[in-house]
Amino acid sequence: MAPLTKALDSGEGLGSYQQILVRVQHLLQAKWKTVLVVLPFFWLLLFFLAPFFIILKISVAEPLIASPPFSPLFEWTKDGAMTIRIIFDNYAYLWEDELYANTYISSLKISVISTLLCLLIGYPMAYAIVRASPTAKNILLLMVILPFWTSFLLRVYAWMGLLADQGLINDLLIWLGFIDSPVRLMYSHFAVYVGIVYTYVPFMILPLYANMEKLDLTLHEAAADLGAKPATTFLTVTLPMTWPGIAAGSLLVFIPATGEFIIPDLLGGGNVSMIGRVLFNEFHANHDWPVASAVAIALLILLVVPMMLYQRVQAKETEGS
Amino acid sequence: MPAENQEIQDQPWLDPDAEPFIQIKGVTKQFGDFVAVSSVDLEIFKGELFCLLGGSGCGKSTLLRMLAGFETPTAGSIFIDGVEMGEVPPYERPVNMMFQSYALFPHMDVEKNVAYGLKRDGIDKEEIRLRVAEMLEMVELTDFRKRKPHQLSGGQRQRVALARALVKQPKVLLLDEPLAALDKRLRERTQFELMNIQDRLGVTFVVVTHDQEEAMTLSTRIAVMDVGKFVQIGTPTEIYEYPDNRMVADFIGSINMFEGRVTENGADHIRVRSAEADSEFFIDRGLSIKEGTKVWVAVRPEKIRVSKSSPDNTDENWLRGKVEEIGYLGSLSTYRVRLENGKIVDVTVSNQIRPKDGRHVVYWEDEVYLNWDAGSPVVLTK
Repeated sequence: MAPLTKALDSGEGLGSYQQILVRVQHLLQAKWKTVLVVLPFFWLLLFFLAPFFIILKISVAEPLIASPPFSPLFEWTKDGAMTIRIIFDNYAYLWEDELYANTYISSLKISVISTLLCLLIGYPMAYAIVRASPTAKNILLLMVILPFWTSFLLRVYAWMGLLADQGLINDLLIWLGFIDSPVRLMYSHFAVYVGIVYTYVPFMILPLYANMEKLDLTLHEAAADLGAKPATTFLTVTLPMTWPGIAAGSLLVFIPATGEFIIPDLLGGGNVSMIGRVLFNEFHANHDWPVASAVAIALLILLVVPMMLYQRVQAKETEGS
Repeated sequence: MPAENQEIQDQPWLDPDAEPFIQIKGVTKQFGDFVAVSSVDLEIFKGELFCLLGGSGCGKSTLLRMLAGFETPTAGSIFIDGVEMGEVPPYERPVNMMFQSYALFPHMDVEKNVAYGLKRDGIDKEEIRLRVAEMLEMVELTDFRKRKPHQLSGGQRQRVALARALVKQPKVLLLDEPLAALDKRLRERTQFELMNIQDRLGVTFVVVTHDQEEAMTLSTRIAVMDVGKFVQIGTPTEIYEYPDNRMVADFIGSINMFEGRVTENGADHIRVRSAEADSEFFIDRGLSIKEGTKVWVAVRPEKIRVSKSSPDNTDENWLRGKVEEIGYLGSLSTYRVRLENGKIVDVTVSNQIRPKDGRHVVYWEDEVYLNWDAGSPVVLTK
């Protein structure tokens, strides 16, 4: 009998052949896993980093009346040498003109207050959802997510309809007899706060809900058993334990709210200055791309700090559990 | 006389004048249509280690939670140290609870967990520090005081939970399945630690457990619960040796039960004829059960002797069968013996004599005779 058939008969050869197959399969699987992980990252990297570098490049250029309206980064001189032109005038300009600093501060103020309002509204809502019966829980969660089914822009326009002088709210107040003539609601800080809080409150509720869902309710009983009144239990147990959720929700509201453009533009008009509007004006009205880019980069740097804080909190939380 | 005094002191429930420390009067708890606890009465005395024993869903945990104040009775009232608890919230009750999951605060270290209750009482810092240190010393966790709960083993967490509940010097300590989460060896050690601590501090313990062995070793008295009611309340010996009914007999330990009818009722004995055992039982106690009544004769496995020769004197109180299975546990062996009519009888024998050549006297498939003392069986009417 030939050695090969012998091996096949005994099953040894078959075994090793199968082993090779399995190994190849594993290798392919491992490769696919890598591809599946790497691809989205590559996508994110490409479409986050590429625009970022383009904007960064424009922000250190000189404005020109040309197309594109800024000086190129690289230039060839007549004798064939390459020159790189980087100017920081745009950043200096941001620093010198009070308008920009004031707008940044105003934006930060609006987004801090909006974040606090979202927290104030979202925290009890998230808590109520966690405590609700399983059926009610699903319905309540759906209601939190429901606004995302309509376009964001449409919802802001709806608010314009509600808040306008001849809008639903004013009509109702007049009809009820609380006021005689319409109250100015549109184009005010009030309208901007309403818009931002309305838009971003789900971003506060969802991380808080995810965090509170893990909260062990027997801890509340344990605190009560040890002599803590409900308010004390909240301050000493609930609040510290939901801190990661508070941090996550707050950052998810704070970061996009700071750069918000549509809401201050549509609901705030000229009365509310936020950095998003300034940026838009620099690009479109002034056609000054380099300054607009510098505004964007400065905003990014301003937001990177809280983002890093968020990362740290997240890392801590995963470490804890 | 002094002996009698001592007995009363150890068993206050025997003293008709003793004032119960916890009184549960006609307490019912309903959740919607479901009756968790159904009109129960119970008196627990100071310094007792009282066990509520029963399977899951029997209402024992609900009763404990009503003592702690997490649930309010639908009807009836609870008194602790003479005070009606009624609507008193958990944070104002003189009781502390050790939770089954321990419920340690994960964001606080051991020291802060233990100090939590004292801080709520507004005790000054220095005293808190001393009492926490003392308590940690007692549960041998001094070296771990800066650890967070997730850095501790199960046994250590259990001790933190105990320390946290005891540091407030409660009048009553409630323990919900205190040993369930520990492995067997740790459980045995902790059992004795608990008893030691209870003895030293004189705190009244009310323990909820589903583990009958745990209840037997720990408690002064046990209340066996089933579907929201107490089926028997008594000392471990009473519960084991004199069960009131088949449910208790069956739940505590294992037991062989034979259905039969009383054939003779004398002043100092009764006779029961059992078709199930195909035999006659003679019990040397007078019991007020009418002739012809349907009864169950119950015999614990360890009260039965196994021999290979037939008892010569009588045809009562013995059975014949074949060894079907042997469980060798080292100190004990359990035999499953099948009677001629197919009924299985469990027998436990302590292995007092070392078997010769590793072969036990009674072996698989052996024909054996089972017999017991006339005082051993329990006669149950329900």
